[in-house]
Amino acid sequence: MTLLRDLFSIVAICAGGFFFLAGTVGLLRFPDMLTRLHALTKADNLGLGLIVLGLLPRVGSVLGGVKLVAVWALALLASACVSQVAARMGRLRDEP
Amino acid sequence: MSADLYGLCGAALVGIGLYGLIVQPHPLRKILAFNILGGGVFLLFGVFARRGAALSLPGDPVPQALLITGLVVSFAATALAVALLLRLAAETGRARLDDE
Amino acid sequence: MSLGLDLLLAALMLGLAGWTVLGRDMFAAIAAFIAYGLLLGIVWVRVGALDVALTEAAVGGGVTGGLLIAAWARLRATAMVERKAGAGLAVLAALASLGVAVLLAAVVLHLPQPAPTLVPEAMANLAPTGLGNPVSATLMAWRALDTLLEKLVLLLALLGIWSVAPDAAWGARPAASVDRDGALTFLAQFLPPVGVVVGIYTVWTSADAPGGAFQGGTILAAMWLLAVRAGLADLPRVASRWLRLALVAGPAVFLAVGLAGFVLAGHFLAYPEAVAKPLIVLIEAPMILSIGVSLALMVAGPPVPKGDA
Repeated sequence: MTLLRDLFSIVAICAGGFFFLAGTVGLLRFPDMLTRLHALTKADNLGLGLIVLGLLPRVGSVLGGVKLVAVWALALLASACVSQVAARMGRLRDEP
Repeated sequence: MSADLYGLCGAALVGIGLYGLIVQPHPLRKILAFNILGGGVFLLFGVFARRGAALSLPGDPVPQALLITGLVVSFAATALAVALLLRLAAETGRARLDDE
Repeated sequence: MSLGLDLLLAALMLGLAGWTVLGRDMFAAIAAFIAYGLLLGIVWVRVGALDVALTEAAVGGGVTGGLLIAAWARLRATAMVERKAGAGLAVLAALASLGVAVLLAAVVLHLPQPAPTLVPEAMANLAPTGLGNPVSATLMAWRALDTLLEKLVLLLALLGIWSVAPDAAWGARPAASVDRDGALTFLAQFLPPVGVVVGIYTVWTSADAPGGAFQGGTILAAMWLLAVRAGLADLPRVASRWLRLALVAGPAVFLAVGLAGFVLAGHFLAYPEAVAKPLIVLIEAPMILSIGVSLALMVAGPPVPKGDA
């Protein structure tokens, strides 16, 4: 059982790390602002989500798990809103 | 072992910050470099706290508390410096420290 | 494995510091500095200083980063005459900095063994404070004078910032750059209630777990600035009475409790053992307010004349 749990954590966290890496590569390599924002959301939403999912079986208490999920939800909310604002700013700058 | 590593890292950060503080002409750059330097000093202090770990504590709480105070004061100094710089730029139209 | 992580963190920190200091683009330098602050926060966890890690993430990466970006945005309009330092000066500065770094490194490698520590004293005296977190006990009880003076430094810095305002602006509001964007409005409506709870919880939990008045106050300040940015809240006039009351409330209560210590326990800032914990909570409650308000106003900057806002 412990082995299974550890395996789940390792797979989920590695997958999360992969999405972070992919998002960062996209951020550095993509040509314009909108595609870069698109790459970033992969890291924030999926990468962080998978890492939180992988950590969940390892927290001892329900409250600890709720806090972890809340961190992910707040990061989702902030990144969604901020990308929106950044994208609009970028468009205003490019087409005055 | 890792305490020594971060101690050396702190020493190097002090060096990098000091270099930037002297060489960079732009005041905002100097403020940035000053904060890098400060980070290095704080890290050195944190390493001293870490070396004091005993009983069940991962570090000596007294220097750790002083670090928090230090960070706050460093922020206050940065905010004041930024306000002075912005006023200087608004007054002279330039962001420079010399008066040519 | 953990040594590998430490090496990676240290290398990243040095790289980001180098970029901050030498990078050509100012905005990239500021971005590197913010990343540097966040990594430093992780390093604090690695050296066992969780309370400091929270402070660093809130202040080093967060508020200082926001302050610097705002300054950059305002300075962009002014001519940036970047005159590079001469080669001779650069070499001298490099040698001097290298010398200082090597000297510090030598000190680090030759620290006395065993290291001096106050942990046994701290643990022995923790119970009378009614707190479970020795860092909070240091801030609020054993070194309370430092903490009181730190709050006064915040107030003095704010006064310093206000006093660079032109005469015509005195008493007016700080400039607020407002962005009425739908997504931002939504964020500014949704996040502050959550943030206020998190901020107050951060202070409350610092009695027994990592947290603290400053970390919590920073979150409150961030929530206020977010609402201001979205145009949902106003910055107060610096002459307003409630603002000044809010700024002074924390240090004033702290000072009053400190003076009461003469009568109740025989020393300045001494707490009678039976009520130590309630007194500390009494000090911290107005302190969050004062810290939050002064931080937000320090980031907002000096007042500007009416009409310029």
